[in-house]
Amino acid sequence: MAECHPVGFQWIMEAKARGATLIHVDPRLTRTGALADLHVPIRAGTDIALLGGLINYVLSNGLEFRDYVVAYTNAATILREDFQDTEDLDGLFSGWQDDTGSYQTDSWQYEGTGVASAAGKRQQGAKEQSHRRHATGRGHEHGSHGASLQGLHRMERDETLQHPRCVFQVLKRHYGRYTPEMVARVCGIPEDVFLQMARAITENSNRDRTTAWAYSVGWTQHTVGVQYIRAASVLQLLLGNIGRPGGGILALRGHASIQGSTDIPTLYNLLPGYLPMPHPDSHGSLDEYVADDSADTGYWGNMRSYAVSLLKAYWGDAATADNDFCFDYLPRITGDHSTYKTVQAQLDGVCKGYFLNGQNPAVGSANAKAQRLGMANLDWLVVRDFSLIESATWWKDGPEVESGEMRPEGVGTEVFFLPAAAHTEKDGSFTSTQRMLQWHHKAVDPPGDARSDLWFWFHLGRIIRAKLAGSTSDIDRPLLDLTWGYSTHGERDEPSAQEVLQEINGWTADGAFLSSYEELKDDGSTACGCWIYCGTYADGTNQAARRKPHTEQNWVAPEWGWAWPANRRLLYNRASADPEGRPWSEKKAYVWWDADAGTWTGHDVPDFQPTKAPDYRPPEGAKRQDALSGIDPFIMQADGKGWLYVPAGLTDGPLPAHYEPQESPVPNLLYGQQHNPARQMTKRGVDRYNPSGDEPGSQVFPYALTTYRLTEHHTAGGMSRWLPYLSELQPEMFCEVSPELADEAGLQHLGWATIVTARSAIEARVLVTDRMLPMRVHDRLVHHVGLPYHWGSNGISTGDGANELTHLSLDPNVHIQEAKALTCDIRPGRRPRGPERLRLVEDYRRRAGVTDQTGTAHRTTKEGGA
Amino acid sequence: MSDDNPPRMGFFTDTSVCIGCKACEVACKEWNAIPDDGLSLLGMSYDNTGMLGADTWRHVAFIEQDKPLGRQNNAVIAMPTGATATHASAEAVHEGLGQKHGSELGTETGAIRPGPLPGGPMPAPVTPDGRKELRWLMASDVCKHCTHAACLDVCPTGSLLRTEFGTVIVQEDICNGCGYCVPACPYGVIDQRKDDGRVWKCTMCYDRLTAGQEPACAKACPTDSIQYGVLDDLRERAAHRVENLHDAGVLEARLYGADPDDGVGGAGAFFLLLDEPEVYGFPPDPVVTTRDLPRTWKHTALAAVGVAATVAAAFLGARR
Repeated sequence: MAECHPVGFQWIMEAKARGATLIHVDPRLTRTGALADLHVPIRAGTDIALLGGLINYVLSNGLEFRDYVVAYTNAATILREDFQDTEDLDGLFSGWQDDTGSYQTDSWQYEGTGVASAAGKRQQGAKEQSHRRHATGRGHEHGSHGASLQGLHRMERDETLQHPRCVFQVLKRHYGRYTPEMVARVCGIPEDVFLQMARAITENSNRDRTTAWAYSVGWTQHTVGVQYIRAASVLQLLLGNIGRPGGGILALRGHASIQGSTDIPTLYNLLPGYLPMPHPDSHGSLDEYVADDSADTGYWGNMRSYAVSLLKAYWGDAATADNDFCFDYLPRITGDHSTYKTVQAQLDGVCKGYFLNGQNPAVGSANAKAQRLGMANLDWLVVRDFSLIESATWWKDGPEVESGEMRPEGVGTEVFFLPAAAHTEKDGSFTSTQRMLQWHHKAVDPPGDARSDLWFWFHLGRIIRAKLAGSTSDIDRPLLDLTWGYSTHGERDEPSAQEVLQEINGWTADGAFLSSYEELKDDGSTACGCWIYCGTYADGTNQAARRKPHTEQNWVAPEWGWAWPANRRLLYNRASADPEGRPWSEKKAYVWWDADAGTWTGHDVPDFQPTKAPDYRPPEGAKRQDALSGIDPFIMQADGKGWLYVPAGLTDGPLPAHYEPQESPVPNLLYGQQHNPARQMTKRGVDRYNPSGDEPGSQVFPYALTTYRLTEHHTAGGMSRWLPYLSELQPEMFCEVSPELADEAGLQHLGWATIVTARSAIEARVLVTDRMLPMRVHDRLVHHVGLPYHWGSNGISTGDGANELTHLSLDPNVHIQEAKALTCDIRPGRRPRGPERLRLVEDYRRRAGVTDQTGTAHRTTKEGGA
Repeated sequence: MSDDNPPRMGFFTDTSVCIGCKACEVACKEWNAIPDDGLSLLGMSYDNTGMLGADTWRHVAFIEQDKPLGRQNNAVIAMPTGATATHASAEAVHEGLGQKHGSELGTETGAIRPGPLPGGPMPAPVTPDGRKELRWLMASDVCKHCTHAACLDVCPTGSLLRTEFGTVIVQEDICNGCGYCVPACPYGVIDQRKDDGRVWKCTMCYDRLTAGQEPACAKACPTDSIQYGVLDDLRERAAHRVENLHDAGVLEARLYGADPDDGVGGAGAFFLLLDEPEVYGFPPDPVVTTRDLPRTWKHTALAAVGVAATVAAAFLGARR
């Protein structure tokens, strides 16, 4: 966090000054570890084993926050009889299908319930349906809510937590094998260090104290990335650290406003506010769409209001009840169009055009060569960035030109480069990890031809609409009917960012600004560009621009910026009070029930219906939020409970289990199943995998490799490698190795090393440092090679890109690459030039016996397939 | 100082909360429009700046040590660790760094020649058991703005000046490039630019101070490792911080440059360190190099009187 979020890290230092214990888990001692009370070295790619160990430590020592767990989580919920755990199937869950390489998830559900699905589709069979959902990327559309469940009134709970099929008991059995000894053998974390950590966390989690976890892409960039976060969720729920001040799991995003770009998404499968993209088969009408995805119970039951208000924001007066509010205008999702699938579509010649807005995939995305080959197969490419990044110049000076695989005159892609404005050169908002919008005002005009993204997209839309004006073709109606009337100002006709924010906030039919998503209607009388952001322009004021100092308001600081939803700073904060509505302790009081006033109150905006008493129990047949009781804090979940166990919504298991990365120096000690069986692989020539574990040839790539960022540079370098003041601070590509690995591989401090995987070979200067620690894992010593990934051939500070080495085996829920844990070889000296580089990689592949089959088996257990 | 002057202002750099982000280096260069120093990978941990110089007025040092981390023991002792890299890295860095100082450092890309270490492979572990501990110190260095500033004493043009804030600055329009101040500084801070020979160093952002703003480095520091304020207040705060750290078990915390009785009469920019000053590249016992000047002048004056007397005697003698 100190490395990549130095500004946010000031608050960690502030907490530390007040006595907080700071623990840093990382394969390397980083700048964060330098300031931590305890650095826990861990083998890259084994965090679920560590978190599972902590869960086991809690459960086997009876250290869970019992009252919280019983009342607020699904610990008591009974599972179906046909559910089988990894304990039963050597690392698989029930429902595995060898033919599709995916799970059929019916058996994971609660006893008595089902997953919501359109009435007409249910008879299609769950297998087909689960496969289709998987294929269209619907696994991660639940961005702000859990999957919908049906038949919740039939759900059974055992609040003594004794029933053998209750979640609590299943959890205990599932994590029983994650002992401290096993953690040491899998992760390389010495037992006493693990126990030190376990004690620190559990002693700091009770009525008076809370523990927070912060993670970044070190947790997400894995073939089991989603399950990493899930494992942390299980631990935090058991310890009562969710919905309480000082608790939580904080996602430190990759760069500014990543949270904003999921809320109002640049994702292919979501509409603003985590509304799912409609599907062509099942969503012929708005009714079908809403019926399929809205829950009967919980706040997600109001989805129709959110969707209709969005359609009104898009198409204004053209959207009426008679035409289903232009629901037909929305594009339909036809498949997985995530980043890496798009690259494959480029390679297949299906995807013909590509916009890169502040993105440098030729350096920053996994398997950079596949990225460039994909771009070389396009008709056109638009790059909007500050400088001529590698993604704009690969066709004339990329690695494939050097190797002779690509000739500039042979590349058919027409590349347009358009200079972009920086955030200081335009108005707009950032949404930070705690969902807080902060407005920024333009400080200076952008130089030369550089323009803001808003300028580019607004005027592109304006010009296209002008060209289509007068068209009578139906296909042009969605564009022509769009509300596109933002005012522009200045010599450059810059559109008003404030007006965009106003549209996002929404208004009533007579133009009054809305102040809360609870005002949204499903009859077309409200328009709102993103329901969770409703209220950010309440009272006609830009709430995101508020900057009242913390000294002039309460400690929650509600008047600094604006947080969704409804300016709540802490989600699910009903859980900060006990079931009767009293704070768990004086010290941790946050929101509570005021019985005299008959309302919830506290330091923050309560995340609960304001007048729903703690003793409210829903009458039979209650719908939406009224179906949740006064002790159900997790109001976006259909059952109002925190999910220790996920009955629906994930593609690779209801509970996190440790699997080794796609490429690992060791076999999986926990199960016969080596990898996440449901991971997605490209299985292309450009994307071969190293042999893993004890497979033949694995010793050719004996070292663990992890990639990361440095404080001095920004992601793929577009914002830093062209700046002298930053470039001089980290002037070129380097690798970090321990003295032991340097000795073993013959590397010299400040000398050169060549690092090789089945994809490519790169060179880097060597930093030999004690901050890299060898680890004893299983029966062997594991060395890590550390690679910052900022570099490419352009700019002032240059070097080979680490992503030349990474592969495209992906997490099956969110399709993210596994750039944090793979294997490699490292050898002294510079890499060969030109075609010799390819020959070196070929030689490695040959020696390791790498074929198109290597590493591609889904199931490696003897049993459990179907 | 007259009552009209503001109180003496200073820097307190608390290295115990420095995260090595180098925002101070960048903010300093941005605000003061200092040129970049050229690009070279020094191999001194994450320090590629090297030292203070004409074009580096803030410098963050990174020191990797075989010592315990923070308040608790860390994992290293329980890990299968072997040799420490410290010695090997130091030798490789030394080889490349040579005798370069100040602005010479890093002016040429590739100043460090990669290659085999002197003496062949990695040296043996520092202890037979290898590494025992591991900690990583970071510290942002700057001009000390000494109470008794030798640079100012030796400046023949009056270019070096003590400001109304008690800080020491160079007036670049007056500096004639004589360079006397360079060897006079006991910390090796002040340095000449090669192109015109004039000297440059931290001004504590004099222009910002006159506008009531804090220096750029202090403004940019995310963890308040660099604190700017009234020097007396900072000394009090620093003493309190040391007490707190001692209470928390960080017994190695100590102040450097805070003592008005030290060899430079106390620094206007002082530090909280977690180890001996030498570890950070600070002189352990800096002395204002012009301390002996009065005595020297006295001797010189006496000698001059003697010469004059002799000469006079000679004349007198001649008259005889």
